[in-house]
Amino acid sequence: MNIHEYQAREIFSKYGIPVPSSVLCHSVEEVKDAMASIDHLVVVKAQVLVGGRGKAGGVKLAKTKDEAVKAAEQILGMDIKGFTVEKVLVADAADIEKEYYVGLISDRNSKSVTLMVSAEGGVEIEEVAKTNPELIYKFNIDPLTGLLDFQARNIAMKLFKDVKLARKAADIFQKLYQIYLDTDSTLAEINPLVLTPDNEVLAIDGKMNFDDNALYRQPELLAIREVDEDEQKEIDAKEKGLSYIKLDGNIGCMVNGAGLAMATMDMIKLYGGNPANFLDIGGSSNPQKVVDAMNILLSDKNVEAMMINIFGGITRCDDVARGLITALDIIKPKIPIVVRLSGTNAAEGLAILKETGLPTVTTMSEAAQKAIELSKK
Amino acid sequence: MSILVNKDTKLVVQGITGRDGQFHAGRMKAYGTNVVAGTSPGKGGTTVDGIPVFDTVEEAVQATGANASIIFVPAPFAADAILEASYAGVDLVICISEGVPILDMIRVTPIIKRNDTKLIGPNCPGLITPDEALIGISPAMIFKKGNIGLMSRSGTLTYEVVNMLTQNDMGQSTVVGIGGDPVAGLYYIDLLEMYENDPETEAIVLIGEIGGDAEEQAAEYIAKHVTKPVVSFIAGQTAPPGKRMGHAGAIISAGSGTAEDKIKAFNKAGVPVAKEPSEIPGLLKEKMAEASA
Repeated sequence: MNIHEYQAREIFSKYGIPVPSSVLCHSVEEVKDAMASIDHLVVVKAQVLVGGRGKAGGVKLAKTKDEAVKAAEQILGMDIKGFTVEKVLVADAADIEKEYYVGLISDRNSKSVTLMVSAEGGVEIEEVAKTNPELIYKFNIDPLTGLLDFQARNIAMKLFKDVKLARKAADIFQKLYQIYLDTDSTLAEINPLVLTPDNEVLAIDGKMNFDDNALYRQPELLAIREVDEDEQKEIDAKEKGLSYIKLDGNIGCMVNGAGLAMATMDMIKLYGGNPANFLDIGGSSNPQKVVDAMNILLSDKNVEAMMINIFGGITRCDDVARGLITALDIIKPKIPIVVRLSGTNAAEGLAILKETGLPTVTTMSEAAQKAIELSKK
Repeated sequence: MSILVNKDTKLVVQGITGRDGQFHAGRMKAYGTNVVAGTSPGKGGTTVDGIPVFDTVEEAVQATGANASIIFVPAPFAADAILEASYAGVDLVICISEGVPILDMIRVTPIIKRNDTKLIGPNCPGLITPDEALIGISPAMIFKKGNIGLMSRSGTLTYEVVNMLTQNDMGQSTVVGIGGDPVAGLYYIDLLEMYENDPETEAIVLIGEIGGDAEEQAAEYIAKHVTKPVVSFIAGQTAPPGKRMGHAGAIISAGSGTAEDKIKAFNKAGVPVAKEPSEIPGLLKEKMAEASA
C-alpha cells in the first residue's frame, strides 16, 4: 500500500519530524482561500500515488496568490503516468542551502531494516545508486537494539560537519525508524531532507510504502487508503482468496499457484501471445472460487481466450474438473477456453472434461499454443 | 543421506488442531514421516490421528525428543510460533503460514540465529526427502527417491518440475520449497552448500523467480563453490515492474530483480536456464553427461 506525500507529511509531523506547513486543496477555489493568508513563496505540488511528478510538470513554485492559482489550474486535472491529479498541496517553500536523501527499507539480504543516507538529495536515489553507489551510505539496523543514539549521530556526521546539525538529523533518523516500525513500512523516504540558511533541518518531501501483510494491525492506514479501479479489482480478488493482477494482453490465465501462474504468463509470451493477467486461484477445487475467478477474468474486455492451467497436487484434477464444469454451467463464457490438467488424477479429470467439448491438453506448452491460436479466431 | 530431513527426523506439528494442521499431520504420518507430537495451547493431553498433543513446544520436545517443527498457525501468530520452537531447542523449523508481516521476520531472524535454529519459510510448501520424510504440504505421490536436489521459491511450479523429473525417471534426494517471501530462512546459498556436501545428490535444480537478487548471489556462489551440475528456471520473465506477483517477494522494484538479470548471471556462471519447465530434464541429462565425461 502507498500513501500520498501529504499523508506522509502528516505522519512525520505527528512524530515530531519538522516539515514546512502546508494546506491540502481539492480545487482552485480552495487554493485561493489558502493563499488569502499567505504572502510568501509557496510550492504547489500534485498529489498522486506515482513518482516523477516534478518531471511531469506537477510541481510549481509560486511567488504570489495569482501565480499559485495559475499553477493549481494547470496541475489539477493533469494526467501523470495514468493518474489524474485531484489534489494539490500548497506548501511553504523553504530556503534551501543543501539537499540530502534519507531512506529506510526492509533489506532481504541483511534481513534487517537498512538506513540509507546521501548528500545527493532531491534526485532519484535509484539513479545515484546506479551511477555513484559510493555516494550512498548504508547501515543495517539491528532489530534487537534499534537505531542507537551514537549510531544515528555517527551516520548524521557523514552528512553534516557541524555536530549541532548532525544531532538534529540524527533525531530525524530515529523518529523515522520509529514511524517505520509503528506503521509496518516497507519503505520510508525523506527526499529531500534540507538544510536552510538559518540552520534548520526540514523534511521537504516524503514517500512511504507499507506491508500489505501487516495491514490487519494498521487500522489507521486502512482508513486513509486510496485505491484506483485496477487496484480495487485486485483487492476484491484477494477477499475471495484469489490473487489477481491486470496486464495488457488478450489471453486470460487462471492458474493454481503464484510461481506456476508467472511461468504460465511467460509461456504465453514465449509462444508469441500476450497474457491479460496474473491470476492465482490457490489450491482448491471449490466451484465458487472458479466462478469468482472467471468473473474477474471476463470483466476485462480485452480477454479473447482463456487458458486454465492446473497442476493437481493434494487438490485432485478430477475434483478440479467437476468444479470447472459447475462454474462453466453458471457463467457460460462466450470466449474460447483451453484447459490443461496435470498431476494427481489428471487422466480422470481430462475424461470428465471431454464431455464438455472444451479443448484439453496435458502440457503447458500445448496449452499456451492452443490458447494463442484460439484467441486469433 | 539427503539434506536437512530423513527417516530419523522427529517432527512436532505446531497448530495441529487447526484445519490445515490436522489434515497435513495425517498426510505426513501416512507418508511415513516420524510425526511424534503436536501442539495447541489448551488442548494438551488430547490426540490427533493418534499423535499426542501438548500445550507447549517445550513439553513436546521434552516428552518426545522432537528435533524439527512445522508451523500451521495463522500468519499473525507465526513469528511467535517460530520463536517458541527455537527457544524449545528445535533444530529445524518449517513455517508454512502465508502472509507473515516482513518486520515480524526481521525481528525473528537474529534470535533464531543466536539459538542456532534453522528456518525454512515462511510462506513455503516445506520439504521432502522421498521415501523418508515428508514435512510440508507437497503432494507426496509425484516424488521419487533419487539423486537430484531441487530448491524453489514457488510451490506448484516445484510440483510441475518434480513431476517431469519423476516421469523422466530422475528421482530426487531432497526437494526444498524455500518460500516466496522477501525475508525468509534458509536460502539458495545455504542449500547449495548442503547439496554440494551431500553424497546422495548428484545434480541440482534451482527454480527462481523475479524480485531481489538471491538468484544472482546464488550464481556467483555456484561459480566459486559448486562442482555438481546445476540447472535453473526463472519464473516471471513477463511480469511488469512494481507489481507483486502473488508472492510478496516476487516484485520488480526500481529496475532490479528482473528475470533478465538473473538469467544473465546464471549463464555467466555456466548454469543453463530453461526457457520452459519442460526443458529441465533434458538440460539436466546434458549437464550430468558432461560432468561424468
